Amino acid sequence: MEAAHTHHGDTHGHAHDDHHGHKPSGLMRWVKSTNHKDIGTMYLWFSFTMFLVGGVMALIIRSELFQPGLQIVQPDFFNSMTTYHGLIMVFGAIMPAFVGFANWLIPMQIGAPDMAFPRMNNLSFWLLPPAALLLITAQFMPGGGAGVGWTMYAPLSTQAGPAMDLTIFAVHILGISSIMGSINIITTILNMRAPGLTLMKMPLFCWTWLITAYLLVAVMPVLAGAVTMTLTDRHFGTHFFNAAGGGDPVLYQHIFWFFGHPEVYIIAIPAFGVVSQVIPAFSRKPLFGYASMVYATASIAILSFMVWAHHMYTAGMPVEAQLYFMYATTLIAVPTGVKVFNWVATMWKGSLTFETPMLFALGFLFLFTLGGFTGLVLSITPVDVQLHDTYYVVAHFHYVMVAGALFSAFAGIYFWLPKWTGKMYNESLGKLHFWLSLIFFNVTFFVQHFLGLAGMPRRIPDYSLQFTEFNMISSIGAWGFGLSQLLFLYVVIKCIRSGEKAPDKPWDGADSLEWTHLPTPAPWHSFETPPVIK
Amino acid sequence: MSKALANRRLLTRLSVFAVAMFGFGFALVPFYEKICEVAGINNLIKPAAAVENTQIDRSRTITLEFDANAHGLEWEFKPVQTSVRVHPGEMIQVEYDVRNKGAKPVVGQAIPSYGPKHAAPFVKKLECFCFKQQPLLAGEGKRMPVQFVIDSTLPADVNTITLSYTFFEVKGAALPKGGDQG
Repeated sequence: MEAAHTHHGDTHGHAHDDHHGHKPSGLMRWVKSTNHKDIGTMYLWFSFTMFLVGGVMALIIRSELFQPGLQIVQPDFFNSMTTYHGLIMVFGAIMPAFVGFANWLIPMQIGAPDMAFPRMNNLSFWLLPPAALLLITAQFMPGGGAGVGWTMYAPLSTQAGPAMDLTIFAVHILGISSIMGSINIITTILNMRAPGLTLMKMPLFCWTWLITAYLLVAVMPVLAGAVTMTLTDRHFGTHFFNAAGGGDPVLYQHIFWFFGHPEVYIIAIPAFGVVSQVIPAFSRKPLFGYASMVYATASIAILSFMVWAHHMYTAGMPVEAQLYFMYATTLIAVPTGVKVFNWVATMWKGSLTFETPMLFALGFLFLFTLGGFTGLVLSITPVDVQLHDTYYVVAHFHYVMVAGALFSAFAGIYFWLPKWTGKMYNESLGKLHFWLSLIFFNVTFFVQHFLGLAGMPRRIPDYSLQFTEFNMISSIGAWGFGLSQLLFLYVVIKCIRSGEKAPDKPWDGADSLEWTHLPTPAPWHSFETPPVIK
Repeated sequence: MSKALANRRLLTRLSVFAVAMFGFGFALVPFYEKICEVAGINNLIKPAAAVENTQIDRSRTITLEFDANAHGLEWEFKPVQTSVRVHPGEMIQVEYDVRNKGAKPVVGQAIPSYGPKHAAPFVKKLECFCFKQQPLLAGEGKRMPVQFVIDSTLPADVNTITLSYTFFEVKGAALPKGGDQG
């Protein structure tokens, strides 16, 4: 299928003219890289590093909460930890991880030689480390990190110390990086597909990223606007959120959540995409209901713009608005239900095997659905008024963010690691990583439902005595979960260094182009001449 | 059309879209204000529309407590009387004393808040010093009135309402000479 090709016969102008197919070596290979695979690798390592940084913050939080009273840290520092744990995990770990997947996989899955704008791709990545540095150095500003919560609500954020300004600039930079990355992904998918590969023939992972990229271009600028208003309120005498000057702090919440709810799906939708590749491969059946999967994903994305105020039921809203947001929110359960049904139906009568990627995909399916159910509970206004800002909410969003997005990322990494590195990971250690993660995740977060129902508020360093036992269990789980991730690091490094050679198609049921048309490991340049799809 | 050109066009369109969405974030500000105005919410520092229930309900007596704070201002600010007992529908006037103890003229804005929160719409303010910004010269003091009616549809479980004002500094507001018109 692949004709003989020359490196100069490229159809997209400017990607490789300075490489001539030779890999530059040393540090400069990475700094100046315009290769989608190198950039994908950097995204993934960056996100894992941030995952460890955010994880250490989580362990500080959980260690303090092991017992009531103040043992380890002071309340200000604790608040700073909850804030930056959230920001770093969302913007530094989960989002870049999936952009890393997008970089590695989209060109290979659509038969393109690289991303549409390779230099912009390089810039999108290299904006991330300075943003991460700003978030980390914010801890050392006078007054410590800004303990305002990852949502950065006014008026607290308009009054916080200088760390807030660093945080705002970090959010700006991360936003610019995401927008550039998204424009790149949209252009690549729309313009650079192999001949014959119509949109409705694309692997679902590409579809989910196309939709996610549109969400990002639509809402990241709105977040940039919100934090810009915070910045001008802080320093330039504007009154967007300042009640004394005629502004309104509740306005911040509306603008933030107009970004914030689509953001939730920006994290979840690529995870759906990964799982939609993994489950069919290990069921040895094509994905059930491909078209309905695409439409369900698009519906979730569109609905995500119409439900933002369900995060603010207690902020003060007319009852009609509360009713609207409640019904609109519960409506999202319909397309999400379609997706879960299709994944289960894909497995139905499949010839299943349970290698590590499949285990993580099943963990995702089970626990994400559980997180979806608690989300439905929270969507009911009168219930939410009780549970707002309690640990029930913390449990809910960790089920969808950790057991959802993160487990899906693990599934994807184990699934594509052979293609990326040319070597197999150790299956027993991979399975051990899955079981440790699954058990400790539930030990950490399942009990938090009970804490929330009993009324324990989130974002507090101290709590009353009746919450002690569940908090102890949760903290033990958190340490277990955190340490289990070091095993993951070991498995990946061991795979890269001394894994057995992987075949071109290690998974029976995998059927997208990177498995069927490319050798293992994937060559540095793939599809200089596009494959023809029938 | 070559692929590079097609890519560049899409890049331009998507960039324009991103910039437009940045503008949309700011467009939400007047949009929000308009919605609040139309829905009649968030009008804490505006005079109440015509009071409908002016029938005095002598069967109920409500205790009103007054509280005053200054946030980030060297102002002395307190109510002349700390509480009154009133009937719903009755017109009440109370007064607050404020004095700028700082060395500089400042403009302040008072923001009311209510306890319990859901009692707020039933306190119909007809005249209030919070309807406009209050400039005070260094050392200047004044007595300021609040005039209001408690709506007689106030829920039966509310017997006490706390009305708390907080003065905030309005940075960058013009300081009129004299500053004596309250």
